[in-house]
Amino acid sequence: MLSIILLSVFGIVLLYLGFLKSRAVLLPATLFFILLALGAGFLEWNKSYLYFGDMLLISNTAILFTSIVLISAFMVVALSGDFLDDEAAQPAEYYAILLFSIVGAIMMIAYENLIMLFVGVEILSVSMYVLTGSDKRNLRSNEAALKYFLMGSFATGIMLFGMALLYGAAGSFTLTDIKGYIALAQGRPSLLLYMGVLLVLIGMLFKVSAAPFHFWTPDVYEGAPTLFTAFMSTVVKTAGFAALLQLLSVAFGAIYGFWWITLAAITGLTLLIGNLTAAYQDSFKRMMAYSSISHAGYLLIGLAALGQQSKQALVFYSLAYSVATIAAFGILLVVAKQRAFDGRPDDTYTAFNGLSRQNPLLAFILAVSMLSLAGIPLTAGFWGKFMVFSAAIDKGMVWILVLAVLMSAVGIYYYFRVVIAMYFREGSSTYIQVAPFYRFVLIAATAITIILGLVPGLFQNLM
Amino acid sequence: MLTLSILLFPILAALLVLAVGGKQAKQIAFLGALVELGLSGYAFFSFVPDATSQFAFDYPWIAAGSIRFSAGIDGVSLLLVVLTGLLTPLIILSAFRHTYERPAVFYALILFMQAALMGVFTARDAFLFYLYFEAALIPIYFLAASWGGENRIAVTFKFFVYTIFGSLFMLVALVYLYFKTSTAAGLHSSAITDLYNLTLSATEQTWIFWAFFIAFAIKMPVFPFHTWQPDTYVESPTPATMLLAGIMLKMGVYGVIRLLLPIVPEGVNLWGTTAIVLSVIGIVYGAIIAIRQRDIKRLIAYSSFSHVGLMAAGVFSQTSYGIQGALVQMLAHGINVVGMFFVADIIASRTNTRLLDQMGGITRYTPKLTVYFMILLLGSVALPLTNGFVGEFLLLAGVFEYNNILGAVAGLTIIFGAVYMLRLFQKAMFGKTTEITTGFKDVSGSESWVFIPLCIMVFWIGLVPNSFLKLTEPAVANLLQFIK
Repeated sequence: MLSIILLSVFGIVLLYLGFLKSRAVLLPATLFFILLALGAGFLEWNKSYLYFGDMLLISNTAILFTSIVLISAFMVVALSGDFLDDEAAQPAEYYAILLFSIVGAIMMIAYENLIMLFVGVEILSVSMYVLTGSDKRNLRSNEAALKYFLMGSFATGIMLFGMALLYGAAGSFTLTDIKGYIALAQGRPSLLLYMGVLLVLIGMLFKVSAAPFHFWTPDVYEGAPTLFTAFMSTVVKTAGFAALLQLLSVAFGAIYGFWWITLAAITGLTLLIGNLTAAYQDSFKRMMAYSSISHAGYLLIGLAALGQQSKQALVFYSLAYSVATIAAFGILLVVAKQRAFDGRPDDTYTAFNGLSRQNPLLAFILAVSMLSLAGIPLTAGFWGKFMVFSAAIDKGMVWILVLAVLMSAVGIYYYFRVVIAMYFREGSSTYIQVAPFYRFVLIAATAITIILGLVPGLFQNLM
Repeated sequence: MLTLSILLFPILAALLVLAVGGKQAKQIAFLGALVELGLSGYAFFSFVPDATSQFAFDYPWIAAGSIRFSAGIDGVSLLLVVLTGLLTPLIILSAFRHTYERPAVFYALILFMQAALMGVFTARDAFLFYLYFEAALIPIYFLAASWGGENRIAVTFKFFVYTIFGSLFMLVALVYLYFKTSTAAGLHSSAITDLYNLTLSATEQTWIFWAFFIAFAIKMPVFPFHTWQPDTYVESPTPATMLLAGIMLKMGVYGVIRLLLPIVPEGVNLWGTTAIVLSVIGIVYGAIIAIRQRDIKRLIAYSSFSHVGLMAAGVFSQTSYGIQGALVQMLAHGINVVGMFFVADIIASRTNTRLLDQMGGITRYTPKLTVYFMILLLGSVALPLTNGFVGEFLLLAGVFEYNNILGAVAGLTIIFGAVYMLRLFQKAMFGKTTEITTGFKDVSGSESWVFIPLCIMVFWIGLVPNSFLKLTEPAVANLLQFIK
């Protein structure tokens, strides 16, 4: 709650800081604001308050998801030093929009009322449409923004329609009231409710880019400036899954039998499409887009097998995925820029050729991220997959699990193409420069990945 | 505490090698491996021959302590710990004759590999086992793919994806088993011994059997999962090949003994015959291909494939003979195959070819090499009084006890083995001297120091097999109780 207020105020402050002549103050100020919000969040640890006329519930799970969002945002902002040098960029606006979008994300995480969810989704989405198109001179960025905007508003519309139907059935937007209505109906709730559940699910699944609602993802991720792609693929995904978890476990827990088959089918489809298409990409950035679809698939397993394990699994998985993804995009950003091709950053696998010789540290960090995304033991990603698989086994969903295992093997294939390019192929011999603070952030991300890989218990104790 | 130091020391040594780097890298790595040999030697000589897990430690680790960081050495692990401890310094010493690019990384990876292998062989928690099982793949992959031959990238990539793919099935099986267990506090347990006590239905046993079997069969490899093996062995730099053939392939056999047999005995009853038939096909198939090979490294690779088939068949026979034989044969085969690959490396680097038909008459210049080669070769073809004989005899006895016909077919391995090994020796060492073998330099001092311990082991195991068998017997008897 405090975080929401702080971030809103800081966002406005940042807009005014943009009037200053020196842009140098913006980056540290934003980082400081995010840290403050992170700290403020933990003031409410173990307290569980309701706010805004019972529309927002700050629980421990909400605080953990919020922290993941804030940590991701911190890292993305920390990697954004380039904006300060770019004449065409407007860093103050970017940072302010980022902070506002986090407010939206927190509302999606902690909502107790569907109206709050809708407002949160809109705040986050509109911010993303703007940031996607922020590279104004780049045609692809414009195209991506338009595409994202059109399809995104359509999906939001569907979701709103679903919420209206839910209201029609239950007479309330509050999650606990909907739950109460389902309990009262004794297994025979009105058809409106079922329609409403499906439409809301479609809207949310679009936001987390699950198949078959994923078609916007590769184009938008590729067109958007890399930094905002990193933000989108981590913050939006974490918030989206937190929202789904809240919706399904609190409001619709009693009609699990109705929605789990739908969700399981979508999970299977997402895993297949995400992984198989990723294997065919030549562009690293596009591969990461499909990889984000495939990870949405793994996270969906945790939801389709909703149970005691799910919450922990989703929190851990989101953290592991976010940290590794941001590190990967961070490295893509420097490498692609310094290996420009035809005046444009080179996003393909070949840009990474021989990186282990020109900058062993970067190569190591990217290798660890890839191992983590591929779910190799001793990295955080392994335990994320482990927990999700555990949830599925607990529910006896063996077929989904077999599919997920097969797709993990496909995942190893495309993640390791980068490792091979970096370590075993010859490339240009120019040294890749990295600023010290930038390097520090990347090292911190790697440290989190490895420490959580060795002692996942550290984090589990918080749950 | 001994086990803990065995597990952690190689990692420390590897970090030291990386920190110091440069020209001293190989000396430090060698010293580190010697200390580790001392530790495992101490475990060997102070081991009390009973069925318990000794020098054990046990710390809570994950999920409120139901997954534990726990390891120890029992009769089944002991010989493999000794094998890993013994071979690693020899492998490092054998690499001294080459200069590798970035030596610090190269030797550090070997030591990391050793740490992971030790972990596999001592883990007492199923997830710890899995973790080490996978972790071992990463150093060997980088060793093979960075310092290997021309085709290395494609070949090692296949190896990597193939083996990880297999072990993912094992992961699913382990998670499933984990949720089947329950302890007093309503928690689950992943201790391997707790998994032994589960009661599983026949369908469950069948599924889990296959999940485990695929994982271990790819690792060993058993026919028809072997297609990654010959290419990977040939393309890897020799030290990596030695690690792969000498130690890593034993992870599969060990996994079958440690997990598969005692956890799903009924599954083995139902499907064991299929597994043995596949293994026996592998024995004959590998041997026939080995006979036709012209490339020495490839010949030894196929011979290794054939030998491991016999170990798998013996283990799946679920007899005391078979399992004991497999344990001794793993030790013996590790010693022999490392020696053979070293001979191949010496010949190949001095003649610049690996093709048999371009060699000949080497023996005229190399009295020492001839003797070492002969001793290792006799061990490989299982001549009585050498190490190969003890293991293969017990293994065959086990397979015979299971089924006479399969036993007879598996017995062909001894005949075929003699054919391809003696052909190798004859073509390379005897016959007319060719242009490239003229003036072949005999083994040097440091090269001898690799051969001498290996040759001692060949005779030690061959002459006094009981000093090894008596250590494994109680543990195997205990294991058989779960199986029956």
